[in-house]
Amino acid sequence: MSAQTWAREFVHRQRRGAELFLLILSLVVGIGGYAAVGIGVEQKVPADIVGYGGWLAVLIIGAHIVVRFVAPYADPVLLPLVAMLNGLGLAVIRRLDLAAGATQNDGFAKQQLIWMTLGVVLFAGTLIGLRDHRIMQRFTYTSGLAAVVLLLLPMLPGIGKDINGARIWIHVGPLSFQPGELAKVLLVIAFAGYLVLHRDALALAGRRVAGIDLPRGRDLGPILAMWLISLMILVRQSDLGSSLLFFGLFVIMLYVATERRGWIIVGGGLFLVGAVAAAKLISHVSARVDIWLHPFNHYQTTAGPHSDQLVESMFGMAWGGLLGRGFGNGSPYRISYANSDFIIGAIGEELGLATVLAVILCYGLIVERGLRTAIICRDDFGKLLSVGLASSFALQVFVVVGGVTRLIPLTGLTTPFLSYGGSSLVANWVIVALLLRISDQARRPLPDLSFSASDEATQVVKLP
Amino acid sequence: MTAGMNRPIRTLSVFCLLLFVALMLNATYLQYFKSKSLNDDPRNRRVIQAAFSRQRGAILAGKTAVAHSVPSNDQFKFQRTYPKGPEYAPLTGYFSYYSQTGIEHSQNEVLSGDDSRLFVTRLVDLVNNSDPKGGNVELTVDPKVQDAAWNGFKQLGSGLQAAAVAIEPSTGRILAMASTPSFDPNVLADHDLTASTKAYDKLLKDDSQPLLNRAIQTTLPPGSTFKLVTSAAAMEDLGMTPDSKVNGNSSLKLPQTTHVLHNENNESCGGNKVTMTQALDRSCNVAFADIGLKLTDAQLRAQAEKFGFDQSQYLTDLPGQATSRFPKVLTPPLRALSAIGQYEVAATPLQMAMVSAGIANHGVVMKPYVVDRVTSADLDVLDQTKPSELSTAVSAKTAGMLTEMMTSVVDQGTGTPAKIPGVKVAGKTGTAQSTAERPPYAWFTGFAPADNPKVAVAVLVQSSNTDRSEIAGGALAGPIAKAMMEAVINP
Repeated sequence: MSAQTWAREFVHRQRRGAELFLLILSLVVGIGGYAAVGIGVEQKVPADIVGYGGWLAVLIIGAHIVVRFVAPYADPVLLPLVAMLNGLGLAVIRRLDLAAGATQNDGFAKQQLIWMTLGVVLFAGTLIGLRDHRIMQRFTYTSGLAAVVLLLLPMLPGIGKDINGARIWIHVGPLSFQPGELAKVLLVIAFAGYLVLHRDALALAGRRVAGIDLPRGRDLGPILAMWLISLMILVRQSDLGSSLLFFGLFVIMLYVATERRGWIIVGGGLFLVGAVAAAKLISHVSARVDIWLHPFNHYQTTAGPHSDQLVESMFGMAWGGLLGRGFGNGSPYRISYANSDFIIGAIGEELGLATVLAVILCYGLIVERGLRTAIICRDDFGKLLSVGLASSFALQVFVVVGGVTRLIPLTGLTTPFLSYGGSSLVANWVIVALLLRISDQARRPLPDLSFSASDEATQVVKLP
Repeated sequence: MTAGMNRPIRTLSVFCLLLFVALMLNATYLQYFKSKSLNDDPRNRRVIQAAFSRQRGAILAGKTAVAHSVPSNDQFKFQRTYPKGPEYAPLTGYFSYYSQTGIEHSQNEVLSGDDSRLFVTRLVDLVNNSDPKGGNVELTVDPKVQDAAWNGFKQLGSGLQAAAVAIEPSTGRILAMASTPSFDPNVLADHDLTASTKAYDKLLKDDSQPLLNRAIQTTLPPGSTFKLVTSAAAMEDLGMTPDSKVNGNSSLKLPQTTHVLHNENNESCGGNKVTMTQALDRSCNVAFADIGLKLTDAQLRAQAEKFGFDQSQYLTDLPGQATSRFPKVLTPPLRALSAIGQYEVAATPLQMAMVSAGIANHGVVMKPYVVDRVTSADLDVLDQTKPSELSTAVSAKTAGMLTEMMTSVVDQGTGTPAKIPGVKVAGKTGTAQSTAERPPYAWFTGFAPADNPKVAVAVLVQSSNTDRSEIAGGALAGPIAKAMMEAVINP
């Protein structure tokens, strides 16, 4: 009885009906967008609209059913947001396919739909297979090691390959994969697992130097080493975006775990020193900075770095204005790689500022739902894990959208769920599954939890 | 259970909020506040792309469309066509995927439909869900006068480099503006962009400069036609009249040098002392060089400037106008040469037409213009150009005396080829020397009818296949000028 009165204050409803309603709205965006692309570009509704729409609907409703059964208390807003962004991304990729002369059965949209299918299957698999997120804490070091191995893979001769100056791909037979995307998830798990165990030591033990409490070397050592290794690999592979993302994640999680603002100052300082040094010393980086400061000086130049991609994207977004030109009435194909890093430029041109703001807002909501999950989560590992996962979205969106709109220098990263790219899409679907798993635990009424939680808490302590 | 870490998580939420707000503000800045300047960037292909897909307005001369857009079935919805091609190319310019010139450039806002005066039309189009259409531009050009100039060029054969301008003296309306060799804007407007680029490169490399609008972009020594300006200064500043006696000798030793100036063919002007009328009839260099020596540097320059020399951009509706020049500092011998339109005096055909037009209009030079009206696609008049004065070059009395002298030139002087039966024509020829290897330039400028001027013209023949000995302003340029004036007077 006492549990019930306690629960009255905190109880979360399942809200699966609300989720279904929002999912139907997201399907309207996805399928409607696909139809609008056909009407706008080819003046007819695509012939495969039923097959395509059906496929999308099966994936999304399927994901919903899985959530309904294995994570009934999960956050009801996350899945619809992700489904909407994925559906919109597919429509925009399809539009760019048509501009490139692709037919219905080839092109990137088709491949992206297959990747999305794989993503949703892994999403369902994660939710079904992982009934409690705290199990992952067992694999703290395993995850960390796996992340480092994954990051090293592209440097192996034979399977690694240079694409556009960054060595971040591996090729096995016909398949290509960006292991960094998966490494991102694994690193967050490793960070969270490690910091949960050592947060007290990190926060309390140590010396105070210049007003900042420095932790003991043996507490900080392993995590610092892991971070340095991953960062060095990234710099060697010239993948600036991911370096920025990993660094940011590390600082944020350290700050949250220790509750010490000093880490932000130390992290921010390190970042500034690193950024200035990189801009001065690495030609690849200084070229990016120069393009950022003077994009129009490098437009359509024959020698030196050129800013065509950025400037075309800016021209496109300006041309789109408030409401956009409409599908088929713009020239987003003028931006190279418009379907991956620069998809926001393509959206801005044909769907306008209104849609760009809506998309940014959707990402904002995803981050907000993730952080909300962290706040209501009852265990430290879940808290840190959802902080890490939510922050990874926030940082990634800021780095790529900010880069495309010239708020910050451009560093290559995919736009989560929108951009073409299998590794990124699959990894992000897994991240959402993890967030839903944590939020299911967090929102589940206490009576259930009080029993199992104590049980599992004991397990956790026993783990190495 | 644990509320630890919630404080930093809330701080983190605020930080993330700031990140997203920054993104949204920046996107708004880019797509709303900065969009105008980005769209105005000439390198922005999207704007051109859209212009190619919209029904652009027509450019009309009289009732004929000299440029209009017709539906096309390729990658763009409309094809720009120029029914009269090269004849009107100096006026229309061209509208290619890569650039625009002429009226296509200067009136682009109206033609494309982006002009603010077309706002209501755009709104109606939006409501009716019809494709927006551009407005039309009606030129002041009279097709008959333009044809007269163009056909006159044709009669002088191939290899001709020439230009002709006709102005209505009382308003400044440009009735004709032709230049040869010209180009076919249809080729540049071709949707086959490779072919268009190739054609453009070929035009650029052509030594005869077909892309040049010689009527406003070429400045050359005006030669004896400049004697009109010198005469005007003599009347205004020295109080001379057509009957004033001037130096009629065959040669003149220029002060401060050993250089001796001769009349054409080294003939005398008909006596030691002749009237200014006689001197102009025969276009005697000695007489006008002598007058030039009597005038001050400033007087001669001021007179030239009142006719439009050294003024840039009085033609505001066609881009690329060159400034006609009167040299800045002159020693007396150079002043003598300048007074007969040699040395560094340089004028466009339009400028010389304005000298005649100013004299014809009782001394008042009107601002020349080529765009008469701007209408919407439904022919509602959006704007009508009102004639305006550029300057008063001479008094009405001086203008009358100059007219008298110019009429004599056509009646019995060098200008007889421009005679029109039953009409009093005023005119002045010019044959400007350039270097020894080059043939001289032939000029004619004048107006008609002399007693009630309806049209003023200037014709420049820069080079032709005519024998050097036969080149004279009257013989080469005169008939073209005559044909253009007749097209106005006897339509």
